[in-house]
Amino acid sequence: MEILRVEKVSLRLGDREILKELSFSVEAGTIHSLLGPNAAGKSSIAYCLLGCCDYLPQSGRIFFDGQDITTLPVYERARRGITLAWQEPARFEGLTVKDYIAVGMKNKDVTEIERVLYQVLLEPKNYLNRVIDKTLSGGERKRIELAAVMAMKPRLAILDEPDSGIDILALDSIVGIIKGLKEEGTTVLLITHREEVAEIADRTSLICSGFVVKEGSPQEVGRYFKEKCIPCPSRIYPSPENNI
Amino acid sequence: MQDYEYMLRAYEQAGGETSIFKDSRIAHLVVHKNKVIGKHLVPGLFLEPEETPSGVDIRLRVEEGRKIEHPVHLCFGILPKEGVQIINIKARIEDGAQIRLLAHCVFPNAIKVVHQMEAEIELGDNALYEYNEVHFHGDEGGIEVVPRAKVKVGKNSSFQTNFSLLKGRVGVFDLDYEVRVDENSSLAMMTKIYGYGDDRIKIREAGWLEGKSSRGLIKSRIAVKDKAISEIVNELTASAPEARGHVDCLEVIQGMAQAKAVPIVNVNHELAQVTHEAAIGRVDKKQIQTLMARGLKEEEAIDLIISGMLK
Repeated sequence: MEILRVEKVSLRLGDREILKELSFSVEAGTIHSLLGPNAAGKSSIAYCLLGCCDYLPQSGRIFFDGQDITTLPVYERARRGITLAWQEPARFEGLTVKDYIAVGMKNKDVTEIERVLYQVLLEPKNYLNRVIDKTLSGGERKRIELAAVMAMKPRLAILDEPDSGIDILALDSIVGIIKGLKEEGTTVLLITHREEVAEIADRTSLICSGFVVKEGSPQEVGRYFKEKCIPCPSRIYPSPENNI
Repeated sequence: MQDYEYMLRAYEQAGGETSIFKDSRIAHLVVHKNKVIGKHLVPGLFLEPEETPSGVDIRLRVEEGRKIEHPVHLCFGILPKEGVQIINIKARIEDGAQIRLLAHCVFPNAIKVVHQMEAEIELGDNALYEYNEVHFHGDEGGIEVVPRAKVKVGKNSSFQTNFSLLKGRVGVFDLDYEVRVDENSSLAMMTKIYGYGDDRIKIREAGWLEGKSSRGLIKSRIAVKDKAISEIVNELTASAPEARGHVDCLEVIQGMAQAKAVPIVNVNHELAQVTHEAAIGRVDKKQIQTLMARGLKEEEAIDLIISGMLK
């Protein structure tokens, strides 16, 4: 059953065309990866789906659970079950890890907060009362961001490059967290530029220059990405008429 | 007696714990307008309040080597809608002595109230003085708070202040602290204020790091909304070898509010260093959207961000 459908969404920021009649859909209970090189428009899709104020599409529609959510504000989408783990999570002076994770929880149960911190391999007693400021490393903030998403138990979690800035040893644990989200019933939209990470998905869409170039199994799309996109010397992004 | 009960009630509203007034181990002083209505001392602490026509003159002394174990609680306030309270404090913390003060200033009904404080504080060597002041004002904004302090810190000593005014309207607030710091000593001054309506906030905190290896930190966290105006002058001068200082001012504005930050950094010795950071602006959009992505409305997100900043 389809949980998310993006229909011909176009987004322009200033004089730049970021998304060009982008369309794809995501099945409920799956991991769907959006794979693409840097500057392909992947994060813009995430902000568009979340409803960030500068990312309202000029045309096209977004459906969640069959309901048109194109013009809904961020918090309304969140209350319907959509959330985002940011590629570079914000810092909050004075806000503790415990308070931050609790924001999205219906039941602000500390044992549940401890559980999600364990899941992201952070020792609760060392982190619960830490402040989310510059004393935490980028990697720690990314894990806390994932923990906050898990604690919220969303229906659709958009994970924007959860693997970026993470060392290779920690990559396995991030992959485990993403799979754990799926096991807990969350549909995951995984944004990445690494085909080995995209491969954990049930289905992959390859994004380039603001539209979907190819869709299919992660292996099939990954091969295509490796053969066509990575070596692409000109960095000339494709257009719908002139596909790679 | 009735004033005392009312003061304690206001003290409680300001976040104070009234049970401490019954604890013989904890020293306290309660002043309503110009009347001393409660006082308890502990060994080593000398606190001599003298009532004046417009307030109270206080002499405070901690004798040499004496470490006052529990924070000393001070409660100043005016319960009626109008009134003036001028508190003059002369404090001497002798060599090796330590004291922590927790002052609650309560003006819950203020419509035309002036609360003025003039302090002269002297720390000997190896001494510690920590002063936490919490204000609780009513919703009318009819109050003028004017704290002034001149502080001299001896060698190997520590002077710290934390001032917060987060409940009720600020009214007019005009703080001016000057602190001179000797060798191996430190000063840390932190101010947190939330202004709204037509509140006026003016702060000048100045420190002179005059002794070798002295340290200084001046930190301000101010949020203003509606038509409130704030002006923060944080001034730090280092004039001794290995003196180190930092000035950090963050102001958040909403609505028609106006904020001004003036960090002044002076260094008069080639082996000294002072750094500063100042930022004024609306609440960061990414922070707001991050919290909205967890289900908070925009106003709820802003409230949480500001309360974190002022925590």
